Amino acid sequence: MARAEIATGGMTRRGLFGAAGAGLFVFFHAEAQEPARLPMRQAGPADLNAYLKIAADGRVTCFAGKVELGQGVMTEMAQALAEELDVALDTVDVVLGDTDRCPYDMGTFGSMSTPLLWPAVRRAGAEAKAVLLQMASERLQAPVDRLRAQAGVVSESGQPSHAVTYGQLLEGKRIERHLENVPVKAAGFHLIGISQHRKDGPDKVTGQAKYAGDIALPGLLHACILRPPAHGARLKSVDISAAEKVAGVQIVKDADMIAVLHERPDVALDALGRIKAEFENPPAGPDDRTIFEHIQKTAPRPTMVKQSGDLAEGERRAAIVEKTYLNSYVAHAPIETHSATAQVQDGKVTVWASSQAPFQVKNAVASALALPPASVRIVSRYVGGGFGGKTEADQAVEAARLARIAGKPVQVVYSRREEFFYDRFRPAAVMKIRAGVDGAKIVLWDGQIFGAGDREGNPFYDIPHVRVTSAGGWMGGNPPGMHPFNVGAWRAPSVNSNTFARESHIDLLAATAAMDPLEFRLNNLTHARVRRVLESAARQFGWKAGRAPTKRGTGMACGMYSNVCNATMVEVAVNRGTGAVEVKRVVMALDLGQVVNPDGIRQQAEGAVMMGLGSALSEEVTFRNGDVLTRNFDSYRIARFSWLPKIEIVLVDNPESPALGGGEPPIIAMGAALANAIFDATGARVLQMPMTPARVRAALG
Amino acid sequence: MERTVSFTLNGRPVAVKADDERMLLWVLRSDLALTGAKFGCGEGLCGACTVIVENEAVRSCVTPLSAVAGKRVLTIEGIGQNGLHAVQRAFLDHHAFQCGYCTSGMILNAYALLLKTPHPTRQQIANHMEDNLCRCGAHMRILDAIQEAAAAKAGA
Repeated sequence: MARAEIATGGMTRRGLFGAAGAGLFVFFHAEAQEPARLPMRQAGPADLNAYLKIAADGRVTCFAGKVELGQGVMTEMAQALAEELDVALDTVDVVLGDTDRCPYDMGTFGSMSTPLLWPAVRRAGAEAKAVLLQMASERLQAPVDRLRAQAGVVSESGQPSHAVTYGQLLEGKRIERHLENVPVKAAGFHLIGISQHRKDGPDKVTGQAKYAGDIALPGLLHACILRPPAHGARLKSVDISAAEKVAGVQIVKDADMIAVLHERPDVALDALGRIKAEFENPPAGPDDRTIFEHIQKTAPRPTMVKQSGDLAEGERRAAIVEKTYLNSYVAHAPIETHSATAQVQDGKVTVWASSQAPFQVKNAVASALALPPASVRIVSRYVGGGFGGKTEADQAVEAARLARIAGKPVQVVYSRREEFFYDRFRPAAVMKIRAGVDGAKIVLWDGQIFGAGDREGNPFYDIPHVRVTSAGGWMGGNPPGMHPFNVGAWRAPSVNSNTFARESHIDLLAATAAMDPLEFRLNNLTHARVRRVLESAARQFGWKAGRAPTKRGTGMACGMYSNVCNATMVEVAVNRGTGAVEVKRVVMALDLGQVVNPDGIRQQAEGAVMMGLGSALSEEVTFRNGDVLTRNFDSYRIARFSWLPKIEIVLVDNPESPALGGGEPPIIAMGAALANAIFDATGARVLQMPMTPARVRAALG
Repeated sequence: MERTVSFTLNGRPVAVKADDERMLLWVLRSDLALTGAKFGCGEGLCGACTVIVENEAVRSCVTPLSAVAGKRVLTIEGIGQNGLHAVQRAFLDHHAFQCGYCTSGMILNAYALLLKTPHPTRQQIANHMEDNLCRCGAHMRILDAIQEAAAAKAGA
C-alpha cells in the first residue's frame, strides 16, 4: 500500500483530510499494475485511489472517483466496506465522482470497478476494522483476540456489556494508524454474495436524484449553442439580429462558439432558432450504405492480432467457409443527454457534469480555461446512463467557458439532435473471416477486422492455423476521414462486433460439419470456463441437439470480455413476410468469478439483453455527407416493453476466482445468438447488424 | 401570450406568469424548480417528462402551459407526500431502474394506468408503458413492479 503524500490533480493528503473532517482515515489505492487481461491500463500515477472515513457518529463514508451510471457501483462499494467493517449497509454513505472529495480515478468504463477498486475498498475496510479493534483493545483493556465487532460495536466475547462503539472510539479524534497486510474476510460474509437493495433507490424513485441538468443555482442561465448542419460544415455568415430581440437574451461569441443564453432553457432554444446562419457544406462523403467500402479503403495498416500454425496447411485440409460480416454505427442514446452546469466563483470553476470520467473532464476544463487543475472541480453524482458515451464531456467545457464569460452560472443540456450529432458512435465495422473444418475440427481461421478494434478478434477455440489482423479501432488514432464523425467506446467496445462475426461463423462451420452448434463448439473448445457457461446455458435452456436449420428458431453464441465468460441462447420467431424477428426467450449464463451482489448482476444482464436486442435488430445511425439523419427516438429505435422476452440469467458459481465486472460482458453475444437463431428458424444467414426486417427479408431471398 | 396561468400543482395552487405557449416541462423545471420531470427528447417520444394532468399521463415537453390552466397537475414530487406511493415502493423493491433518469416518467405513467385500470393484466401494463423508453433495460422489473403495486393497492 503506497503512501504518497500528493494525490493527482493538485490535491494534497492534507487537503483530503481537510475536506473530510474528523474521523479515522484509511488510505488505499487500487492495484498499481492491473492485470494485463483488463482492457485498459489505469493511466496516471496510481497513488491514492480512494479512501474511507469513519465519522465520530459511526457513519462510514467511502469516497471514490467512480461514477454511478446506474450500474450499481454505489451499492457494491458500500457492500465491501460494510462487510469488512462489520457494520450495517445503511450506515455506509458513498460519495462518488466528485474531483474535490474523491481521489483520482481514470474513469468508469471497461468493467474495471469490480476487479480493481472493489478489492481495494475491501482491504481498506479490513484494515480499518483491525485498527478499530486495536483501539478497542486499549480502551477495554482486553486482548484483540477476545474482541468481536458487530454492527459497529466492539465487545469482549462472553461480556457483551463490556463494549465500545466505533463512534465512541473515534469521538473527537483524528486517528491515522496503519496496519500492513490485514487479510480480508475469507468466509462468513453477511453482505458479500447476497443481493442488496440499491443505495440510490430512494433518491431515484422520488425524483430527488440530482443529475447535472437538475442543478439550480441563483442567476442560472441556460445556453443553446449554434451547431453546424453537418460534420465538416463551415460557418459562412451569421445574423443574430432577430435572436437579440428576444427579451432577456444574451448572445455570446467566443472563438468558434456562438451561444444564446437565457434564464429559461426553452426561451434560449427559441432564440437560437432565430439566428440566421449560412454554412458551407462539406465535400461529399460516405453514407450509411457506402461506409463499409470506405472503411476498408481508408483504414490504417493492419496490425497482427494473432498468427500461429501454417495457413497453407489449414487451407489444404479444410472445407472452407468465407463470409464478410458488417455492423453499422450504433449510438449510446442514454435518456439523459450530455448535460453540465458550471459556476465560476473566486477563480474556482465547479462543473456538475454527466460524465463517466470526471477527472478527465477536470483536465479538459482546466486546459480550455487555462486554469490550474486545482482550480477546477467536477461533480458527477448521478448520471442518466453512459454506456461508454459519456467518457468525453465537451458540454462541460462549453458550460465552463460560457459561465466565465457570462459571469453567471450556465447550464448546457444537449438536445436529442445534438446528442445524436455529437455522439461518439460504436464504429461501423467489417469483419472478413475465411475458416475451414476438417471433419468435426476447425483447422483454419483467417480473419481481417476493419474498424471494430482487435479485442476478442482472436478466437478462443482450439485452431491450429490462425491469422487475425485488425485495422483501425474505436479508441481513436484512426486516419482522418475514415469515419465521418467521432467514434468511441460503446458497451464492450469492439467485442460486440467481433463476437457477432466469430460466433456467426462458428455456426456456419458447424453446419458445414453437419453438427449441432453446441456439440461443435464443445468439440473445438478446451477453455474450461467457456465450456462451463455453454453447458450451464444449455441446461437452463433445454437445448435440443440438431443440425441448423431445425426450424425451431433457437440459436447460441458464447464470448468473453474482461475475463468474464458468457453463453447466450435465444429462441425467436421470424415473420417470413415482413422479416420481423420476435424474440421469445433469452437464457444467459455468466461466469463473473466471485459474485458480489447477485441481483446487481442480474439487473445488468437483463439490461444488456434489452440493449442487445435493440442494437442487434434495429438500432442504426443513418447519415449522409456528414449529416446525421438519426435525430430522435422515432428514427433510432431502441428496445421497448413489447420486445421484452422471457429472460433467464444463470450465474455460474465460481467463488474461487476474483470478482469481475458485469456491466459490459452480458451484451456481447446477443447479436450472434440472434443471427444463429434466425438461421435456425429460416435457413437465412443475416450478415449485418442490425438485422432489420428489411435485411432479414433480403436474406430470405 | 404572456399571462398568468393558475393551476393546482401537487395539491397546492400556483400561478405562473409566463408565455402560455411555453411547454409545461420547462415551466416545471425552470420557473417552478421541480426537476423530477426530465428532458429526454423534446418531442414526446421517450416519456421521461411524463406528468399527470387531471389523472391522465401527459408528455410535459409537448404540453403547453395553457393546456393546464385551471387543472390539477401532479409530478413525481407530489405522489408520495405521505411516504412512498405503492408504485414508488414497488419500483424500489424490484430495483425497477438503473440510472434512474426515466424513472419519474415510468412511475407516473404507471400511476395513471392504475387510476384507470386498478387490476391490469401484464399485457395491459406492457401496452400502456410501451412508449416510455428505458435505455438501461429495466423493462422486466418495471412490469413486475407495476403488477405488484396493483396487487398491493388491491390488498390495501
